[in-house]
Order: sequence, then C-alpha cells, then structure tokens
Amino acid sequence: MIITTILFYLFSAILLGSATAVITARNPVYASLFLVLAFFNAAALFILLGAEFLGLILILVYVGAVMVLFLFVVMMLDINLTRLKEGFLSYLPLGLAIAILGVLELAVVFWTSPLGHIPAPGPIPANADNTRALGVLLYTHYLYPFEIAAVILLVAIIAAIALTLRRRQGTKTQSIDAQMAVRAKDRISLVNLRRPEQ
Amino acid sequence: MNAFLLHWTFAIPEIWVLIMACVVLLADLYLGERLRDVAPVLTVLTLLGAAVLTFFELGQSGTTFAGLLVLDPFTNVAELFSYLAVLMVVLYSRRYLMDRGIYRGEIYVLLLFALLGVMVMVSGANLLSIYLGLELLALSQYALVAFNRDSLVATEAGLKYFVLGALASGLLLYGMSLLYGLTGTLEVRHIAAALVNVTSSNLILVFALVFIVAGIAFKLGAAPFHMWLPDVYQGAPTVVTTFLASAPKIGAFALIIRLLVDGGYGMLESWQQIFIALTLVSLVVGNLIAIAQQNLKRMLAYSTVGHVGFLSLGIVAGTEAGFASAFFYTIVYVLMSLAGFGMILLLTRAGFEADRIDDFKGLSQRKPWYAFLMLIIMFSMAGVPPTVGFYAKLAVFQAVIAAGYVWLAVIGVLLAVIGAFYYLRVVKVMYFDAPEPESGPIVRDDLASATLSINSLALLVLGIVPGPLMAFCFYAMQGVI
Amino acid sequence: MHDFYQTGWWAVIWSIIKIVIVVVPLLLGVAYLTLAERKVIGYMQVRLGPNRVGFRGSLQPIADALKLMFKEVIIPTSANRFLFLAAPVLAFVPALLVWAAVPFGPDVAISNMNAGLLYVLAIAGLGVYGIIVAGWASNSKYAFLGAMRAAAQLVAYEIAMGFALVGVLMLAQTLNLSKIVEAQAGGGFWSWYWLPLFPFFLVYFISGVAETNRAPFDVAEGESEIVAGFHVEYSGMAFALFFLAEYANMIFVSLLTTVLFLGGWYAPINTPLLTWIPGLVWLLLKTAFLLYVFLWIRATFPRYRYDQIMRLGWKVFIPVTIAWIVVVGIALETPMRAILR
Repeated sequence: MIITTILFYLFSAILLGSATAVITARNPVYASLFLVLAFFNAAALFILLGAEFLGLILILVYVGAVMVLFLFVVMMLDINLTRLKEGFLSYLPLGLAIAILGVLELAVVFWTSPLGHIPAPGPIPANADNTRALGVLLYTHYLYPFEIAAVILLVAIIAAIALTLRRRQGTKTQSIDAQMAVRAKDRISLVNLRRPEQ
Repeated sequence: MNAFLLHWTFAIPEIWVLIMACVVLLADLYLGERLRDVAPVLTVLTLLGAAVLTFFELGQSGTTFAGLLVLDPFTNVAELFSYLAVLMVVLYSRRYLMDRGIYRGEIYVLLLFALLGVMVMVSGANLLSIYLGLELLALSQYALVAFNRDSLVATEAGLKYFVLGALASGLLLYGMSLLYGLTGTLEVRHIAAALVNVTSSNLILVFALVFIVAGIAFKLGAAPFHMWLPDVYQGAPTVVTTFLASAPKIGAFALIIRLLVDGGYGMLESWQQIFIALTLVSLVVGNLIAIAQQNLKRMLAYSTVGHVGFLSLGIVAGTEAGFASAFFYTIVYVLMSLAGFGMILLLTRAGFEADRIDDFKGLSQRKPWYAFLMLIIMFSMAGVPPTVGFYAKLAVFQAVIAAGYVWLAVIGVLLAVIGAFYYLRVVKVMYFDAPEPESGPIVRDDLASATLSINSLALLVLGIVPGPLMAFCFYAMQGVI
Repeated sequence: MHDFYQTGWWAVIWSIIKIVIVVVPLLLGVAYLTLAERKVIGYMQVRLGPNRVGFRGSLQPIADALKLMFKEVIIPTSANRFLFLAAPVLAFVPALLVWAAVPFGPDVAISNMNAGLLYVLAIAGLGVYGIIVAGWASNSKYAFLGAMRAAAQLVAYEIAMGFALVGVLMLAQTLNLSKIVEAQAGGGFWSWYWLPLFPFFLVYFISGVAETNRAPFDVAEGESEIVAGFHVEYSGMAFALFFLAEYANMIFVSLLTTVLFLGGWYAPINTPLLTWIPGLVWLLLKTAFLLYVFLWIRATFPRYRYDQIMRLGWKVFIPVTIAWIVVVGIALETPMRAILR
C-alpha cells in the first residue's frame, strides 16, 4: 500500500506542477507539452484508482489525438507572447478571487450535501471489469444522452465542414475516379503514318 | 423488452427528426447539384411528418429512457409550435438565401438539428438531457449565425455569440452542478423531492438558482444578459435571425418550465425575487434603448428584450395561470418576430438589405398590402387592441395582478406605452413619409409573401379569437405544477 | 494491479527482471532487423547487402552501433536545446513502454492487464510526440515539415486503427490481449481472426506501416523531398534512438498483428505434429513473417504523395472499417454468432 500512496503523491504533485506551468509558461509550445504531462499524470491517477478505462481513454483521446492537433496549430502560429501576457497581472486578483470563490462553494457543497457523506467504496472485486461496466451503463441507462452527444458531434462536423470547405476554381486536385476510368483510346489515337504511294 | 426501452415510442418525433436530418444531409449531398430545392422540400416534409407523429402522442404522458425523456402536454404543445416556427423560417428563406449565394442544404440540416435540440430540451426530465439539448441547439445556432462566412459582420456575430453562449452554458452548468451536489441526483423529479428538505435560505441553493437563472436569462435574452442580442440579430443572415427569434425561445422557455417549475417549484420564493429583478431591467432596457435604434433588426432585438420582460411577468406570478400566460406570450412573441423578420426578408433583394427603418419609408405607396401587414405586426408588438399582442400583454398583467404584484403590472403598463412609440414610428414612416428616391423595386416572391400574409393575419385573427390558443396553453401547463 | 503492490518490494525487483528479459532480446532483435532489412532489400535489388564485417556481414549491426555511439551529438545553433535532446527520448520510451502489455504465451507478459488492447493503442500513439518535438526543436524547415506531416498522418491513421481493433474487441469480448489470443483457439488458421475480420486485418497492418512511418508512408522523412525530415539535424546517439524506436515499433506492430489476427502462439493446424513446438516459436515465426512483409513492401512500393496518404486514411480506411463494424455487428446477432465466437 505504501507504494500506492507514494505514487499517488508523486503523480498528484507532477499534475499540479505541470498544470500550473501550463498557464505560466512563456512559450505556447511548452504550455501544450505541460498540458500533455498533466493529462498523463491525471491518467496515472485514474489507473491508480482502478479506473483503467478512463485513464487509458484520456491518454488515447487527449494526449494521442487532441493535443497532437493542438501542437500542430500552436507550432504553426507565430504568437506574440509579450503582448498576450500583458495585463496578466492586472487580471490576476480578479481571477484569483473568482477561483477562490468557486473552490469555497464547492467545498461548502461537499460538506453539507449527501455527496460528502457517501460511504467509501468497498474493495474492488477481483474480476472487476470497468470497461464492461461503463459500456453496459452507456448503452442502456444512458442511451439517450449518449446518442444526443453523438448528434452534437455530428453537428460539429457538419458545421466545421460547412464553414470551411470551399471548392476553389483552378486548383490542381487529382480526380481519382476520372483517372481510373480512363481507357487507352482516350489517351492514344493511332494515326496511319504509312508513306503515301508514290 | 429492456426496462430502459419501455415506452420508447414517446421519442418517435425526436427519432424521426434525427433520421430525416441525416436524410436531408445525404440527399443534398448527392442530389443538391441537380435539384436545388431538395433540402428545403424535404425539411418541410420532415416538419409535417413530425407534427403528425406528435399529434398522435397528444394525451399520452410518462417518461422513457430511464427517466431522461418526459412526455407530457407541455412537451407536445411546445414541440408542435417549434415545428410551426421552423416551418415558417423555411418558407421565408428561399429567395433571401439564393440572393446571397448561401442557398445550401447545410442550412436546413442545421435548422433541423437545432429543432432537435429544442425538442430534447422541451422533453428533458433530467439535467443531463436538458443540458445536452441546449448544447445541440446552441452549436447549430453558432454555425448558422456564422454561415455567411464571407460577411465580416456575420462571422463577428458568430464568434461573439459563440464566446458569450459558451459562458452562459458554463453558468448554467455550474448552477446545475451545485444543484446536483445539493440533492445528489440529476433527475428533475427527484431534485424537486430532495429540495423539500432544504431550507430556502440555504446558501448553495441560492447560488445554484442564481447561476441557473442567469444561464436561462442569457438564452432567453433577458437584460442584463442581453448584450449579445443586438449584434447577433443584426450580424446574422436575416433568415438565421428569424430562426433565432423563434424556436430557440420556446426552448429557453422550456428551460424555465423544466428546471425552475418542475424542479424548483418548492423554491418559488427564492427564484421569484431574481425574476422580478430580471423583469424590471428587461422592461426598462428593452423598451428605452429600442427607441434610439435606426436599424430595424437591432430595434427588434431590443424589442425582444422588452418582450422577454413582459413574458417573465407571467413567470413572476408563479401560478398556473401565470405560466400559461407566459407560454401564451412566448408563442405570440415567436409569431410576431417571425412576421417582423419575414417582412425584412420580403423587402430584401440581392445586394440590398432592407433592415433600416428608413427603408420602410413610403411603403404604403410602393406596396400597400405589405404596409398593411407591417401595420398589423407593429400594432401587435406594441399591444394595440384588436391584435393578439394586446391579449398576450393583458393575460400576463392579469396573472401578475392576481398574484399580488400590482406595482409590477403598473410599471409594465407604463413601459408598454413607452414601447408603443417606436413601433408606431415604423407605421408613421410607412404611411406618412415619402419613399426614398433610391429605393429600388420590390422583388416578387409569392411563397414568402403568402406565408407572411397568413402569419400576419393570424396575429389579427388570434387577437379577435384568442380563446383556443389560450386553452391550448392551459392544456400545456396541466400537470406541470 | 493491487495484488502486485501488496506482495512487497521483491515484486518490484521481479518486474524489473521481467523487463530486462523482454528488453534485451528486443534491442538485439532491432539490431539484427536492420541487418535483415539491408540483406533482404539487397537481394531483392540483386545486390549482396553488407558482407564485410563478420561472417557475411553478421557483425555489421554491432559495428553500426559502435559507430553511432562514438559520434558527436551536434546541436544546431538556434535549436531549442532542451527539447532537442528530449525528443529522441520521447520517441524511444513509448516504443519500449508498449511491450509491457504484450503477451508471449498464455498469461506470459510483463503485465497481463485487463485493458491491454487499449493500453497498447494509447501508448503507441505517443511516439509521435518525439517526432513533432524533434521537428519543432530543430529549428529547421525540413524538420518542421516532416513533423507536421507526421502529426497529420498519425491522427488520420489512428482512427482507422482504433476502428479495426473495435472489430477484434467485438469478437473476443475482452480487451485483455492474452484472452484475445485464447479466443482464437480451437481449429487452425481458419479460426483466427484474420478470416472474419479480413478488412480489419489489412487496415490494421497498413495503418501499422503508416504509424511506424515506414515506406511507402515515410513522408515524415521523405529523403527526396525534405532531406530526412524530422531527424535531419540529429546525429550520433540521438539519431540512434529514433532509429531504435522505429524498428522496435515495427517489431511491435508485427507482433500485435500476430496476436490480434493471426492466432498468437497457436500452431496453424491443430495436430500433434505441429503443436509440440512451443507457442513462443510460432509467435516469433509469424512475427518474423510480418516483418519480412514490412521489408517487402518497402522494396516494392514508391512513396505515397502526402494528399494520397490523407485520402487513403480518411476516405478509404475509415469508411471501410465503419462498414465492416456494422457487418460484424449484424453477424453477431444472427446464428453466425456461434461460428464467429
């Protein structure tokens, strides 16, 4: 058990440290990489809790795909950092005040509400399979919100394509269908070059 | 059959709209080049089909999908009016979109998805489904507002709407999470049951209600959360503005019914106070700032704020009659804005947007019938007697007086009189000013003008016989309290 | 996992021993895979390949390793020093980490975890950070172009790869790699998943080639267009780490394909004639065959153009996998279920 505890504090410390670094890092590429580190440690915490599905999906989706695209964009942009950082200090008191207020409210909720008094979960059964458990819940009890969430993603795809896709004239894109449909007679015409009779 | 699928037939209208939205998308993709009208025609069929399906469900009630979807009279009635609103938008839209080169199927697909979002909100019995419905609606709206991506104002409006809308969703979600923390459940019925044991002075509850009401006020467009309205209404393509002012308002009203009435009716006194403040600010801000507007779309945006103030009077009343009258006001408001923006759409032509009040100068000489219709619309918005707008205002005033808030009603009447000024100014401009010399011809558009005629005359007819609609609204409120 | 910690400190030492048992042969395998590659491609192109160091070139990898070790690691002037040096490590570590879940026999693995399939998919996607960071930190336009190409390619192919694995998951009903192999037991090669999931088998293997940035998907390097892409500025051991990561990933993809689609450690025909051979041998034989296919592909196909790669990933693989998921799903609801499972 002691190893688990040590690991918990280790991962939590790195998580908090890298999360802080995300907002204080001067370079956006560093900030993104710190965010990756934060995700990674959060995933480690999930796995320590025995929720390996959530942890691995966090890595797979956020670290493996979302952050790659983030980095892709951040690296391409030439962001002027000094200008972005202007006013950071002047907004800091307000931001801190709001953050502290939020934390206090949540703390009050947890102290006074039934959520604070939920008994600790019992030991995890030996053959617990939380992937299956999650799947069963998602496809039965939460089928309806699950499907709506899917529709929201579909709308996001449609909106993104509708807003950005445009067919420009004169671009030299390849038309695979046209290429495949070509026959020899379309490209070559045989001309009779025999010397005329003299 | 599995327990969670019990009564799944209650969701048939939602399923139909979802499937048809995908059908429209694919049909437009493959046939859109040849048959340009395929998307709107299919959309109209979808709406009619959904209306028929919903009609068959009238009278049934219950929950399905493990209590995430509720079917009750309110669901049915609100869904029917949402179909009607979207149908009108589709009928108005064709020529406007063609003139601007954005007559594309995606608009109709997004409209259908937005409608689906409204339907999910209206039938949501769980914080989860309500919130997801809201997001579905909001996401479709952001895309619709920015749809004309070559227009700078439209993209600006889209971005503004997106940022502020995300903030509002965040507020709402934070309020919901506090409510969840307090009650330990996401299901609205259980929240209502759990709140019985909570005193109304509970600090968390107050915070939760403030956040939730702020989120709702934003979606509804109540002051002081109205900052986005004028810019978005003005910047968006007018077809989209027409839509924004229609079905989404029914959805926002459903948020009040589902979250505050179904869930928090026991806490009526707590949120009533917040609503009184919202009502007062909305009435003042909406009606006073609208006077200064030269742009009709902006003016209608501020008039929306004012109308929201009036309809929240009915909610402040906190009685069944109050909610019914507020619902009545919402539906009337939707019909009026459809007609108002429909008129702008009708007078607009390629390269020219008839959205300044000056564009209406001398309309009675150029097109007397349109001027007459606009007269009805403006009278109805102002609340002049034979129109339905008058009756809607009367109903909310009655409800709020019956609940004992005479002073609120007095302020409401005063601001209604002030508000009448800017509506009547439009009438004056149409009938007493000479047309501007450079105002071009009015393009003939039979479909839109027929729709507009029906829409506007309905305002008059409903004003003379408001009984059936009012009865319908009372029917919708059955079992809500 | 909880039992693992509770058994005390010696369990930690035991797992370190297990790691060494896996990693040392792996690195040797990588070394000789480079030799095999040069030999195989050499013969395919009617040349001899390396034949001077040791018996018929058998010591060539050792010589290469020594050479790389003693070369200087040059850091370009305006490169980001820290990230420049971190990038090879970022590429190499995930390439080793994935081996934690790989089963070499029934319940023989460093960690026979429940969500093994998900674990390898998640960790295998991390290798791209090494490439992206290397490309950015080098402060060179060729390196940067290579990194951008790698990022886009990874995202495109990881989706198809994930969908292909969903098919395996549907049939095996478990994410545990060991149990996935056991689910393919029974008959011979016809009961392995390559047959009912043939489109997934192809898509997974080709995506695997793409994910490891091997020819014909090696646009991130693309010698003829962008010199050597993301590792153009690297030399010495830093370069060697990228190299090691790439070859370790190749072996890993081949082994995983074997585990998922080719029946893992089972003999192709279930007769005593073949089953007396240890399962590990079969596993390595199948892996070796797939590695040979890797080399074969490289010697055969010219490099894809960038837009063609994107087209193949998004417009061919993803629709194909989605369609086949539907087919498998429907088949599982029919009497065919008994045959498939």
